[in-house]
Amino acid sequence: MALLEINNLHARIEEQNILKGVDLTVGAGEVHAIMGPNGSGKSTFAAVLAGREEFEVTDGDVLYEGNDLLDMEPDERALEGVFLAFQYPVELPGVSMNNFLRQALNQQREHRGEEPLPAGAFLKRMRECAALVSLDPQLMSRSVNDGFSGGEKKRNEIFQLAMLEPRLAILDETDSGLDIDALRIVADGVNALRRSDRSFVVITHYQRLLNYIVPDVVHVMADGRIVRSGDKSLALELEEKGYDWIREEAVAA
Amino acid sequence: MSHPHALASLEASFVDAFEAHAGLLAKNGTGPAEALSFAAAPALRRQALNRFRDLGVPSRKNEAWKYTNIPEALAAGFAVSPADPPSDALPARWRDCLLPNLDAHLVVLVNGRFSSAHSMIGDLPEGVAICGLETAATVRPDILRRHLGRYADWETESLTALNTAFARDGLFVYVPKGTVLEKPIYALHLPAANERLFLQPRHLLVFEENAQARIVERCCGLDGEATFTNAVTEIFVGERAVVETYLVQDPGDEHSVVSTTHAYQEAASTFSTATITLDGKVVRNNLNVLPNAPHCETHLYGLFLPAGDTQVDNRTLVDHAKPDCVSNELYKGVLNDRASGVFNGKVFVRQDAQRINAFQENKTIVLNNEATMNAKPELEIYADDVKCSHGATTGQLDPEALFYLRSRGMSKRQAQGLLLHAFAGDILERISIEPLREMLDERVTRLFGE
Repeated sequence: MALLEINNLHARIEEQNILKGVDLTVGAGEVHAIMGPNGSGKSTFAAVLAGREEFEVTDGDVLYEGNDLLDMEPDERALEGVFLAFQYPVELPGVSMNNFLRQALNQQREHRGEEPLPAGAFLKRMRECAALVSLDPQLMSRSVNDGFSGGEKKRNEIFQLAMLEPRLAILDETDSGLDIDALRIVADGVNALRRSDRSFVVITHYQRLLNYIVPDVVHVMADGRIVRSGDKSLALELEEKGYDWIREEAVAA
Repeated sequence: MSHPHALASLEASFVDAFEAHAGLLAKNGTGPAEALSFAAAPALRRQALNRFRDLGVPSRKNEAWKYTNIPEALAAGFAVSPADPPSDALPARWRDCLLPNLDAHLVVLVNGRFSSAHSMIGDLPEGVAICGLETAATVRPDILRRHLGRYADWETESLTALNTAFARDGLFVYVPKGTVLEKPIYALHLPAANERLFLQPRHLLVFEENAQARIVERCCGLDGEATFTNAVTEIFVGERAVVETYLVQDPGDEHSVVSTTHAYQEAASTFSTATITLDGKVVRNNLNVLPNAPHCETHLYGLFLPAGDTQVDNRTLVDHAKPDCVSNELYKGVLNDRASGVFNGKVFVRQDAQRINAFQENKTIVLNNEATMNAKPELEIYADDVKCSHGATTGQLDPEALFYLRSRGMSKRQAQGLLLHAFAGDILERISIEPLREMLDERVTRLFGE
């Protein structure tokens, strides 16, 4: 059974149809890249999978581990192992990283019938995961994302991914706005987290990230549909030719 | 109850009570009003009463009382008397109002009267006096003569006039020049009556030059019959004195409180105060600060967290009369259920008060469609070289922030609790008395879950 099976997914926000029939199957341990021009529906797709309420699913279905994902609240999805790395991580003044992560992690442990992690073990785990993405441990006593640099915010997302150990991680343009060094750090972090029972959906505008996170499958999204799928060479082709030919094909189809 | 006849009869009931007790109030010439400096006491009481009669019970027609209906709050009827001597019997649960781990000079006021049976003042530095106002009239008549009635404006505020007419007892604190009071004062105002009482405590806090002290006043509910408290507090902050006060209100949902504070600051003094309202029926706080000399620093913080049908109305005034002062004001509120909140903050910068830095901010989160908030920040500036800003925001919790937390596995309630706690934490973290901060932190956690 595939980890994630999406059939004919349609979604809209207010009166605007954005997803117009997405089909996608992701097997356990696979890395799928979704590329596409601005406005093609990539971020909406990520948002719908994570359960953002402003989007209305009008048709289609999403099976996650055989269960109806769309029927779950955002927190249920997270507890079942779905993780979204935000394109624009939210600042939470007054909520310390430490408290935030402890509560999130213990929620997940409780859901799995495990005891809360003892303070010592929690701190040790935090340090290890922070080191994975070279995140300054001092940030742990600060408010979540509050006053973090752009790069720190993105690394913080991958740090949380490492802490929460999801089975399906969706990375929404985690590379955008990162310089090449930061990109490498984030990619190395993600690669270190690849496991046979953890799948990734990596949404990106540029091929560059895929030099570092090598995908099993590359999909191209245009006008709310996946219009082409292939191996990693498809990403290089897109880089070379741009998105126009895809768009033309999408319109022609 | 806004009917003029009803109002008139309400006013008449205060006047009748005054006449009935006039003899008691004038007794032996030792009551605090007898020590008032600027008039013969019985005459002053009479004058204050007449002033009250002219001004009347504040109704909603009065702009300053637009959102808080005092006649309605009084409609159920309360016995007005200059308070009997306190009874030594209090329900055992009064101890729940104490703060574990707080090492403080404890003052207990039962129904507005100083209770020596429950107070534990402990050792005091030389010259410091902490007692009931009635006792102070005998012990430190000089201080009363110099300060009592000097700062509270009974000529224009009707409820202050009413309090002045009836004032008999309350909290008295005197810290002489150069003295540092290491331990905080914890003053508990316990409404604990078997009948519906109208209580009028009068507090006087005097901190002379270079004195330092911290005071927590808490109005803590013990069930019992409903009460209406009309409290007036006068605070004198002498030159270079550093004073921190807290007003914590959790009287219970049957009790109404109007608390009027007038603080007067001398040169280079620092006055910080936080008003924290957790419950109550109708709660109105009038906080007036007059930094009447250069280089004063003033901090006003507020946190109001009403639920149920609680109404909280905070009205503040910082009257910058002299140059080179700083004032900073931050009031935050979270309204739940059918609660209502009002913030009316005024900063006044007089013409000669140059180089003032004055900041004022009010932020409120409304959790429910039935809860309402009215915010009215006001700056009135007559000087030209000043830095002032003000702002007020009222809204819901940021849905983006809620989604972020939920996407990490937190339930809606947990995410909401975490965000509200962070919101209130902005005020809580400014509380320097750790056991008080811990108690409030716990209350906030209980209120919002997590």
